[in-house]
Amino acid sequence: MYDYTEFDRAFLAERNAQFRAQVERRISGALTEDEFKPLRLMNGLYLQLHAYMLRVAIPYGTLNSRQMRQLALLAEKWDKGYGHFTTRQNIQFNWPKLRDVPDMLDALAEVGLHAIQTSGNTIRNVTADHFAGAAADEVADPRPYAELIRQWSTDHPEFQFLGRKFKIAITGAEADRAVIRAHDIGLRIVERDGARGFEVIVGGGLGRTPMIGQVIRDHLPEADLLPYLEAILSVYNLLGRRDNKYKARIKITVHEHGIDTVRDMVEERFAAIRPTYSGHDQALLADIAAQFAPPAFDAAPTDAFDAAYAADPVFRSWVDTNVAAHKAPDHAIVSISLKAHGATPGDATAAQMRVMADLAETFGHDELRISHEQNVILPHVHKAHLPALHARLKDHGLATANIGLISDIIACPGMDYCALATARSIPIAQEIATRFEDLQIEHDIGHLKIKISGCINACGHHHVGHIGILGLDRAGVENYQITVGGDATETAAIGERAGPGFSADEIVPAIERLVAAYLDQRLDASETFLQAYRRLGLAPFKAALYPAQAVAAE
Amino acid sequence: MSRPFSPKVVTANDLLQGDVIYLAADDSWVRDLALAEVLTDEADADLRLLLAQSRPDRVVGAYLAEVRPGPNGPEPAHFREAFRSRGPSNYAHGKQEARADV
Repeated sequence: MYDYTEFDRAFLAERNAQFRAQVERRISGALTEDEFKPLRLMNGLYLQLHAYMLRVAIPYGTLNSRQMRQLALLAEKWDKGYGHFTTRQNIQFNWPKLRDVPDMLDALAEVGLHAIQTSGNTIRNVTADHFAGAAADEVADPRPYAELIRQWSTDHPEFQFLGRKFKIAITGAEADRAVIRAHDIGLRIVERDGARGFEVIVGGGLGRTPMIGQVIRDHLPEADLLPYLEAILSVYNLLGRRDNKYKARIKITVHEHGIDTVRDMVEERFAAIRPTYSGHDQALLADIAAQFAPPAFDAAPTDAFDAAYAADPVFRSWVDTNVAAHKAPDHAIVSISLKAHGATPGDATAAQMRVMADLAETFGHDELRISHEQNVILPHVHKAHLPALHARLKDHGLATANIGLISDIIACPGMDYCALATARSIPIAQEIATRFEDLQIEHDIGHLKIKISGCINACGHHHVGHIGILGLDRAGVENYQITVGGDATETAAIGERAGPGFSADEIVPAIERLVAAYLDQRLDASETFLQAYRRLGLAPFKAALYPAQAVAAE
Repeated sequence: MSRPFSPKVVTANDLLQGDVIYLAADDSWVRDLALAEVLTDEADADLRLLLAQSRPDRVVGAYLAEVRPGPNGPEPAHFREAFRSRGPSNYAHGKQEARADV
C-alpha cells in the first residue's frame, strides 16, 4: 500500500498545525463560529446532536494493522472506546472534545491518515471496491488510480469551493461492489483490444433526487484519467447550480442539460487541458502502482481448510457467507461482519479493532479493508489459515455469519447522532436483525440487502437497498417509508416506493410481512428477493405491506 | 389570529465539550433540561435567545426549543429534543451516562 513521502508528511504536518491554530483562535474568540465552521468542516470536524464528531478518511478503504491500531488508540484515548465505520469507507468518532481534535489529527498523521476533505463542498474521500487487489473477477487493482486521484484532489485550488460535495468511486471489476452508478463520478477499469482504460459514469447520486449515473466515455485511455476528471469538475464548477443547494449536485446538472451537452462541454474542456499534462502524473502513477504490488502469496496445502469445512457446521456456515473467491485459488477474501445481531451496524470497539489488526498481521499480509457496507475485510488469507482465523474471530464476537443476508444491514447514524437526521436508523436495524435471528430464517431467506437512512440525504443508501427504509418526521412522530427493488450493483436501480410509511412500532412487522411474501412466492430457494421482485413487480409486496387495503380492494 | 406562543427553552451546544446545554434563569448554562428556564412570553424568549447568541465564547448554535411542563420541570415536546436531552439509544452515552433515571 501507499507509503507517505516526505512531501506528504510535511504537507500534513503543516495542515494540522494550521488547524491547531484555527482551533485556538476559535477558543480565544478571534474567530467567530461562522468563520470557524467552514475551516473545521474542511478538516472533518462536525458538531452533531450530542457532541463534536471527527470523520477520518480511510482512502479507498485500505488500512494496515498499524493504522487500525491507531484508530483503536483514538477511540480509547479521546472517544468512548469505539468507532463507527461509514458507508463512505470513513470512520467517525462521535465524542471528541474541541481542544483534543488537533492532537487526534497529529496522532492520525503519525500513521499516514487524515480527515482532510471528509466534509465540505470538495472532492471527498475516493472510495473503491473493498475486494480491490484480491478479487478473482478484477481487470486491475483500482487503488493506484484512487491514490492518484486522492493526491490530485487534495487541496486542489480549483475545487475547494465547488457548488456542492463531489464523490468519486472506482472499481476494477465487472461486478460492482463500489456502487459506482450512484456517485458523482463512477470509474470502472476496462480493457479493450489490450488497452487499459476507464468506463466513466457521471451524474449518479442518491439523496432527495436519486439518479443512476450515465456513461460519458465508454473507454477513456488510462493516461487521460486526471485531465478528463479535471475537465468534468471544471465544467460542473461553472455549469452547476449555486442558487439552490438541493439542485447543486452534478446529477442535476446532467439531468437539466442532458448527457450529450455535458459530454460536449467536457470534451471541449478536456481538449484544452490535456496538453498541459506533460506526463508527470503518469510517472507518479507508476511509482504509486509499484507500492500496490500484490503480496507474495504462499503456496501451501489447503487440507486443514477442507477438513474443518467438512467437520464443523459453524465454520462451514461462516465460510459460505463471509468468504469470497480470491484471484489466487488457494487464498480467500474474508469479510468480518460488524453486524452482530442487535449491535450497531459498522461499530467496532477498540479491542475489536486491535484483534482485527493482529489477525491482518498474522494471517492477511498486514492488509485490511473497510467496505461501504460497513464491514471489515481481510483481503488475502490463505485457506489453510481460515479455521484458526475463524476461531479467533469467534472469541471476540466477530464471527457473525451473515454477509449479504437480511441482518447485514447498512444504517446511517440517524437521529441518535446526526444533526440532519429526521428519525433514528440504528434501533430499526437492531430490531430487524434481532427479529430475524429469533425467527432463525435468515439463511433460508438468502441474499437480501436492507439499507436504512435516517433522512432524505440517504447516507444509508436506502434507494439502492433491495428493501430500503427511509426515516422521516411526520407531524412530530418517527415514520418509516419502504422502497422495494433497489440495486447497488452493475444492474443498479432505484427502489420503488411501496406506499405510506409505518411508525417505529410497525416497521419491523411490516418488513416481516414483506419477507414472508417473498418466501411464499419465490420459485425456489435459488430465486433471490430481488429476482422475485423483478419477476413479480411491486403488487404482491404491496399487498403484504398493506393487507387492509388489499382486502378493501377485493 | 396568530397561534398562541408555546413554552420554550434556549438550548445550544457547548463550544469546548460539544454537549447539549440549556440557559437557566440566572443566565448560567446547565446540562439538565429540567433545570432550564421555561420561557412563556415570545418577546422575552427572543431576548433570552439574543443573550445566548451574544456568548459565542461559550455556546454554538443557540435556538429556542419547544417544551411541555412536567412533574420535574420542562420536558421536550419533540423527539429530537428528547434525544438531545438524553443521549443516543444504542449506548448509554451522553447525559444518560450520569443519570440512572433516564
